[in-house]
Amino acid sequence: MAKQRYHRLSDHSLPFWTLILLHGLAVAAGVASALYIESHGHGVTGMNNQIVWGLPHVFAVFLIVAASGALNVASVSSVFHRLVYKPFARLSGVLAIALLIGGLAILVLDLGRPERVFLTLFHRNLTSIFAWNIYLYGGFVALVAGYLYAMMDRRLSNDPRATAVFGWAAFIWRLILTTGTGSIFGFLIARDAVSGAIMAPIFIASSLLYGLAFTVLVLLTMSIETSDILCTKELIGKFRGLLALFAATTLALTLIAHLTKLYAAPTVAVELFLLRDGGIYPIVFWIGQIGLGLLAPLLLLAVMKSEASNVAELAGASILFLFGGLAQMYVVIIGAQAWPLNIFPGFEASSSFGDGAVATYAPTAPEFFLGISGVSIAMLIAALAFRLLPVIPQILANEAKA
Amino acid sequence: MSHADDEHEANIPATTAWMPGTIPGSSPGTGMTGGNRRNFLRGALAATLIAPGVTLNVFGANARPAGEPASTKVRWGLLVDVNKCSISCDACVRACNAENGLTGRSETDAQWIRKVTLNNSATEEIRSAPVMCQHCASPPCVDVCPTGASFKRADGIVLVDKHICIGCRYCMMACPFKARSFVHEDHDDQATHAPRGKGTVEGCTLCVTRVDAGQKPACVEACAKEGGALVFGDLNDPGSEISKALRQYPAAQLRADLGVDPGVFYAHLK
Repeated sequence: MAKQRYHRLSDHSLPFWTLILLHGLAVAAGVASALYIESHGHGVTGMNNQIVWGLPHVFAVFLIVAASGALNVASVSSVFHRLVYKPFARLSGVLAIALLIGGLAILVLDLGRPERVFLTLFHRNLTSIFAWNIYLYGGFVALVAGYLYAMMDRRLSNDPRATAVFGWAAFIWRLILTTGTGSIFGFLIARDAVSGAIMAPIFIASSLLYGLAFTVLVLLTMSIETSDILCTKELIGKFRGLLALFAATTLALTLIAHLTKLYAAPTVAVELFLLRDGGIYPIVFWIGQIGLGLLAPLLLLAVMKSEASNVAELAGASILFLFGGLAQMYVVIIGAQAWPLNIFPGFEASSSFGDGAVATYAPTAPEFFLGISGVSIAMLIAALAFRLLPVIPQILANEAKA
Repeated sequence: MSHADDEHEANIPATTAWMPGTIPGSSPGTGMTGGNRRNFLRGALAATLIAPGVTLNVFGANARPAGEPASTKVRWGLLVDVNKCSISCDACVRACNAENGLTGRSETDAQWIRKVTLNNSATEEIRSAPVMCQHCASPPCVDVCPTGASFKRADGIVLVDKHICIGCRYCMMACPFKARSFVHEDHDDQATHAPRGKGTVEGCTLCVTRVDAGQKPACVEACAKEGGALVFGDLNDPGSEISKALRQYPAAQLRADLGVDPGVFYAHLK
């Protein structure tokens, strides 16, 4: 078997530069928004004392969840020994780190005191799932970086044990990481909409889906940029199957979570709010998360044929899955806060602080720019890595036709 | 050992370690001008003569000497007698705002204490009660805080160390009582004993500087002049007013089902 060769991106096309420019503008808008919010205070956002986490968190958590899933391709090749994915393992690892940094950047920039973020290294509270996540994120970047090194280093890459060790470690770590991210919400005992252990598996299934969707889109973009058919016919068929499997799992777990809460008397009201009576939230849930975000792309995958000519359907499905991911995070993060806390069971409460009332949230432009800039930060980091590191596989013409 | 007694408890010396360089009850911007020297000398003479009495009164028997850490022997708590809490009265809220210099925009202003109107779903009877930080024995806000900025003092008072709060607002997500507020903008004219920092989280401190000086929280003091619905004291002391009141009539903790063991009790809540 011929040794797989990789190359760096060198000459860029006009469409590629246009993409870079757009992402650059988005990052500039995000940085300007962050400075504006920090100098004026969060009063300039739509967030308040009822909705304390807003649109930036929707994007940040979405990117962090997607980051661990972006490692799928690498994990499948190293852990499950599926050789067809092996040429893309490097790209998969780079994308995982890029997405995580994009998400974390937004999370940090939205802090009330972002300049204090390094205090988390010196003041630790180990009962905090947030504190655990800081280590999980750092460990993930370190492990995936080690994994990439093991794959790229001439000496180490000849030793399959090194790749296997890093591959396994990164795979286990990413499962723990997404468990931790889901548990940020699952551990909230007073938030009826999200409390519960099922948040962790939902986040893991979602991460597999969104991470793979990101990978597919980046691979297809690189195919255009390198004029190389990176997504072979075989690979398209496999991506199609995996995306469908992950989407079906996400759908099933989401269904179970909502049915469980609908069945239990204390949580019926919040479920009816999210699924039927809650205004924007049922719309985002049914149309955004379930309809456009899961069922429509599943249908698209079902009707498409496993041929290279059907990359448009695969790309379309991937974009819809990502859209659905943002909708999911909106319902989980904002919807859960909009529903009033039940502080006085048996009473209808009202106050000047929103007790007993559904909280309103109208995100402002700075919040949106800050959030969307996380995606662009990730894409720019990935593009830079593709230029500096030998990440893009060279696919032989006869392989592409296979 | 209960969860409340773990490493998150902090033995903070009275007042000074919590809010540096402050004098309990002092107001910002007070100072002597040159033209008032004679009045000052008269005042100083009078103060010398009456100070011991004032000291005994203000820094009463419950005052903790400066430098002495808070003790687990004490657990400060509140009792709200809903029967005595008038729907139209907001004296506790006004007193808290004045004491702690709480101002802001209506949408994002901080509310360390708020009056909640309660309509009994079964009887349609309308009641009212104040809600503030419940100073839980197992506070979720302390559990989730990544830096330990949210902490519980040995005497049960739950506070925020504003020097290490990064403004992540996870404590606000975790609090079952919506007792915390985020400082959304800069605030001028702050009370020196209750500094507020844009981008950090804050909540009822149980007027910790007053408590350390042997006084009652401002809300309790204000309420005493109205309905007298609030009782403050040491839950660990069987002889305290609050312990006697709790023995006298049944009182409940909010969301007792969550097991966080609030230090605030509500009597006649039905």
